[in-house]
Amino acid sequence: MKRAFPIFAVLTAGLLTYGLYGALIQAPTEQTMGDVQRIFYYHVPSAWTAFCLFFVNLAASIVYLVWRNPKADALALASAEVGVVFCTVVLVTGPIWARPVWGIWWTWDLRLTLTLVLWLIYVSYLMLRRFSSSGQTPMMAAVLAVLGALDVPLVYFSIWFFRTQHPQPVIGGGGSIDPRMLHVLLMNWLAFMCFATLVCWSRYRLEILRRQVEETQALESLLAAGSSR
Amino acid sequence: MTSPPGVTRATLVKDLRLEWRSKDAVNSMLFFALLVVVIFSFSFDPTAEESRRIAGGLVWVAFLFAAVVALNQTWARELRNQVLDAYRVSPASANSLFFAKVLGNFIFVSVLQALMTPLFVVFYNLRAVGPAYQLLFVAVLGTWALVVNGTFFAAMSVRTRSREIMLPLLLFPITIPALLAMVEATSSILTGEFSAKFWIVLLAVYDVVFTTGCLLFFEIVLHGE
Repeated sequence: MKRAFPIFAVLTAGLLTYGLYGALIQAPTEQTMGDVQRIFYYHVPSAWTAFCLFFVNLAASIVYLVWRNPKADALALASAEVGVVFCTVVLVTGPIWARPVWGIWWTWDLRLTLTLVLWLIYVSYLMLRRFSSSGQTPMMAAVLAVLGALDVPLVYFSIWFFRTQHPQPVIGGGGSIDPRMLHVLLMNWLAFMCFATLVCWSRYRLEILRRQVEETQALESLLAAGSSR
Repeated sequence: MTSPPGVTRATLVKDLRLEWRSKDAVNSMLFFALLVVVIFSFSFDPTAEESRRIAGGLVWVAFLFAAVVALNQTWARELRNQVLDAYRVSPASANSLFFAKVLGNFIFVSVLQALMTPLFVVFYNLRAVGPAYQLLFVAVLGTWALVVNGTFFAAMSVRTRSREIMLPLLLFPITIPALLAMVEATSSILTGEFSAKFWIVLLAVYDVVFTTGCLLFFEIVLHGE
């Protein structure tokens, strides 16, 4: 496992480079929007990656609630942190694209609002983890993750009632996309997923190590207290 | 006394008696909501037509902020003299305790709404153009949504380091769809431009989903393991 990490890291770096080349040079320029459309190759893969990570977080939280497995909790923490970073990328690149194309930075549209609410829920998740006393953190965080997931369909329906402005999804939404653009998009998604896995992996290992250190320190101080008596 | 309804009744009666004697929660909520109403009223100074459009938002934001004041005291009150620890070791079912706390908060917030609504009507010159009886459904379902989630997250935040701040941080993101539904339903009834049916149904669904979810997890949160 230890040797796999650097190999995977090099592979990810290669994929990210190839993805950047694809997004900036290989992909054809969009007819109406021009070069600003190229942000699409970062915006959409980041969104998919963030949603995948939030899904991993939900699954890990459920596993923790059922089996009380501390490794599942470490995975939930890692995926939530990395997911918030990717979700932030989505929320920042979106307005940069929207300003020249729509003429506005932000609108209360279905996908935008859903992403923002998800981001808010996961930031509150991280806040809860930060502020609660260590023994109860995993349990409370897992409960919050499940309640947050229950909230998503309700947010969806409440915003769905408003008019939707975001472009319909080009994949599976009836829209058409140039096959070269699709190739670059999927390539970037693969690269982003690898990158997210890489970061989650090292964060997960860090969390496991941190807990081992904490346990050892607690044990040592207990032993020291016992021997000094 | 140890049957679940018995525990609920005993806890509820105890909370109501405490509140009746001290009037801590209701007084602080009332004054807080009054301040919000006054500050909003002179920072916007709306005409009757405008205020009908924005009143839904103002009313519910005021109630939401005021409710947080009371919700924070729900469990903090039980920390003194280790009452909460006594609950944990007692064989009484956790959900009947939760239910008592939710009902108690529901009563406090409803009292607040009953007292504040006339003030809103006076300050903002309100008159419902749409079917006013629907406001009652919105009030009951909306208050339940606030209170059931609020009581649950208050139980969570009481176990964190900075408990008073933690409650709104947890409660507000999750409550966004319910808050949107309350505000939109109230505005559509006041202006009479749209039907509020969709929002009332959404609120009812929200209430059912989160009441079930909270009852499912409350025992874990109370015992903290």
